[in-house]
Amino acid sequence: MPDDSSADHEATQPFGVAPRTTDGSEQPEVGNKVGDGDGADGDDMEQSRELPPPPLPPRPSLHVPSSRPPASGSFRLSKRTSRPQLLSQPTTALSVADVHTQGRGENATATSSSASRAVSRKHSASHSGRFLGNSDSGGEDSASVISYAPTLDARLDGESLLGDVPAEATTPAWRALSAQIERDNPFETVPPESDVATLQIQHEFDEIGSVDAHGSNEETLLEAWKTKLKHFFILSASGKPIYSRHGDDQLISNYIGIAQTIISFYQGADDPLRGFTAGGARFVMLSKGPLNLVAVSRLGESDAQLRTQLESLYMQILSTLTLPSMEKMFSNRPSTDLRRPLQGTDVLLDGLADGFTRGSPSTLLSALECLRLRKTHRRAINDTLLRVRSPNLLYGLIVAAGRLVSVVRPKKHSLHPGDLHLIFNMLFEAGSVRAGGGENWIPLCLPGFNNTGYLYMYVSFFSTSERDGSGPHERPAATGGKDDELAIVLISAQKEGFYELRKMRDDLVEQLENNGSMDVIKSAIRKGHASCSDIVPGTVLRHFLYKSRGNVQFTMPSFEPYFHGLGHRRKLMSLYQTLHESIHSRTAHLKVQHCVGRDATALAWETPLFELYCVAGPQATRASLAQGANRIVQWIRREEERVFIIGGAVF
Amino acid sequence: MAARMQQGGRPGGARFAQFKLVLLGESAVGKSSLVLRFVKDQFDDYRESTIGAAFLTQTIALDDQTTVKFEIWDTAGQERYKSLAPMYYRNANCAVVVYDITQASSLDKAKSWVKELQRQANENIIIALAGNKADLVAEQPDKRAVQTADAEAYARESNLLFFETSAKTAENVKELFTAIAKKLPIEQASQRGMRGPAGRPGGVDLGNRQEAGGAAGGPGGCNC
Repeated sequence: MPDDSSADHEATQPFGVAPRTTDGSEQPEVGNKVGDGDGADGDDMEQSRELPPPPLPPRPSLHVPSSRPPASGSFRLSKRTSRPQLLSQPTTALSVADVHTQGRGENATATSSSASRAVSRKHSASHSGRFLGNSDSGGEDSASVISYAPTLDARLDGESLLGDVPAEATTPAWRALSAQIERDNPFETVPPESDVATLQIQHEFDEIGSVDAHGSNEETLLEAWKTKLKHFFILSASGKPIYSRHGDDQLISNYIGIAQTIISFYQGADDPLRGFTAGGARFVMLSKGPLNLVAVSRLGESDAQLRTQLESLYMQILSTLTLPSMEKMFSNRPSTDLRRPLQGTDVLLDGLADGFTRGSPSTLLSALECLRLRKTHRRAINDTLLRVRSPNLLYGLIVAAGRLVSVVRPKKHSLHPGDLHLIFNMLFEAGSVRAGGGENWIPLCLPGFNNTGYLYMYVSFFSTSERDGSGPHERPAATGGKDDELAIVLISAQKEGFYELRKMRDDLVEQLENNGSMDVIKSAIRKGHASCSDIVPGTVLRHFLYKSRGNVQFTMPSFEPYFHGLGHRRKLMSLYQTLHESIHSRTAHLKVQHCVGRDATALAWETPLFELYCVAGPQATRASLAQGANRIVQWIRREEERVFIIGGAVF
Repeated sequence: MAARMQQGGRPGGARFAQFKLVLLGESAVGKSSLVLRFVKDQFDDYRESTIGAAFLTQTIALDDQTTVKFEIWDTAGQERYKSLAPMYYRNANCAVVVYDITQASSLDKAKSWVKELQRQANENIIIALAGNKADLVAEQPDKRAVQTADAEAYARESNLLFFETSAKTAENVKELFTAIAKKLPIEQASQRGMRGPAGRPGGVDLGNRQEAGGAAGGPGGCNC
């Protein structure tokens, strides 16, 4: 096993990084990366630095024969060769090399002695922090929607750098697993399995009935239950079921019992279980105070990705209950049945869970997508928001078709992408708010903002397709998909602020109508996503995801014409997941990865400023892929203020 | 807000009045379905739980001369929203307390809401008791868990309007809201006009007062 691992490091870090094999070497490196991420970050990072997770002792039983072949040759070859090629593109000013140069200039004394790739990695991380910090101080214009972007970045991007798992990376068991999970090239090794997944995904969201009185159909239901590609369970520390995506209590109670037994066995040994693989499925556990969350996936997601999903489900529970009230329930009665207080929120958890199963770019990248608008139009909307802002408003959002149009927020408070994700999920995935056809007043906790108390959210939906006369009140329910709906979301700490915010909504709509912004928004919604070839004419690329790290936002083209239907989209998302993991996993120090498979070629490219993932057809050459990637970066640079909200309306 | 007030202007001798109505009851008894039937004349077989509370409006004509506009708060029935209920019923002119005629326990819950309203809400509040899901019983009589006569007797002694309704078939839905409208002090409300001082028992004017509240920015300015 040790041999294998060092070979691995050699391969991924051709410039002779000190392999992160011991905890000792892990610690300072993390500290270094964090230390430079100054600015508004702080708490999250501080915590992760102060709380180094205890190292997991190796589990002998999980030793894997060391003869396991290292990652596939083509994989590594492309890592090495594609990088110089990309860097040599004259059009790419934002290259890794540039960043390193700058970083080194600033930190010359500290690290001048070393020219290793490890150092440059640190530099790039530190540069990233500095860049973000600068953009904050550079004025509101360049501040992101989220003013503490660095923290957010660190939470998820940084998760791989300084999240809670690094110790794991050092155990042989982890290495064996990660070799298995992360290094597989999905195109070469998994086709039959992924085809099964593609077939199964069509039925993934079908309801499993309930066991009838005699239990005669239990067998059949269990079969259906077992074919699901993904399961989520939430149970209390005392083993009470709280939530399961599929199957009713009677059906799954045995499994909940087993999960509880396994989890508590390891907890009893002071060595909490984080995950294991069995029968082609990956099991990942997350313990959060009185709750245990379990994800079971056959979709090839990484542990970090699954853990992010579990975190999100946990956030949803907090959003309903708040942390103190949940803790109080459990401290009063450890055997509390949390399903009662959570009653009615299954749809929200289901919405999140199904989003993860379908594969959402937003969750994968932990970023938001914005509606593409001209800069002047966006400014007009922002100005209107500021003009009509009512005194008790905390946050105001205009959301169109699941994409952010504009944000108004106080200077000192930013919006956490996780919180926004919960809001978007509530508005667009769970039907009840949208189908109500009226206005809503919803108490909710935004855990990223403050997990101890409630805020109150005013929501008003209107359809953008019918355009004549009828005001927002008269929106016919249940017409149109979520794609043509515009929501105005106004959040206040005032429990009784409904009428105040309602008036603000009326003023806002009136002014947006009057200054033509409403029509601009509606036509932008109708236009939808541009296709890849509209963005980069003649490109081989079929789809891409571009995440601007500073803005914590991403953009992408339409899935059409190449990826229609759940199966294709799921396959594409699996590919993105693999690419994402390959540049974010702790063992990989990649900046660029090129990936060739039977039905697609792909490229992942990471710099301190952005992450770009591109997918092209199987025949596309590396050069054409790289060229496409560069042209997307150029396009983004041209369109940056259109595809991203830079700053937003800040008061 | 002001614009919406004027749309109800009173040409000639026509009367227009606006009232606040709140729906209360256990979760899954069909509060939102009743409102959806009343406001949009629609029905969804599968409806997700209401989150928080929904606010809708519907105007009905009682006769040629009289128009009543309801501002409806459709609250979520879950226990965790209980503490928010006073905010919705505090200034309500009328309330519909809903139970499910196939669930005996939902009537108990309805009774406790009635008690709370009679203690805490406006003293002149008009309360209607609605036994929903009558369609289920029409199909399968043995599903009934609450006898009409029992509920009716309770309604009489508590001075409530009473209807058995079906949001699915629209049975008695319009009748329910019309009966409430007829009991409301329309004369008083429309005489006082939309600009009269609000906040009195039976007061109807929500718009002006709330505008003042919004401007003042104080929590007391809100009349929800």
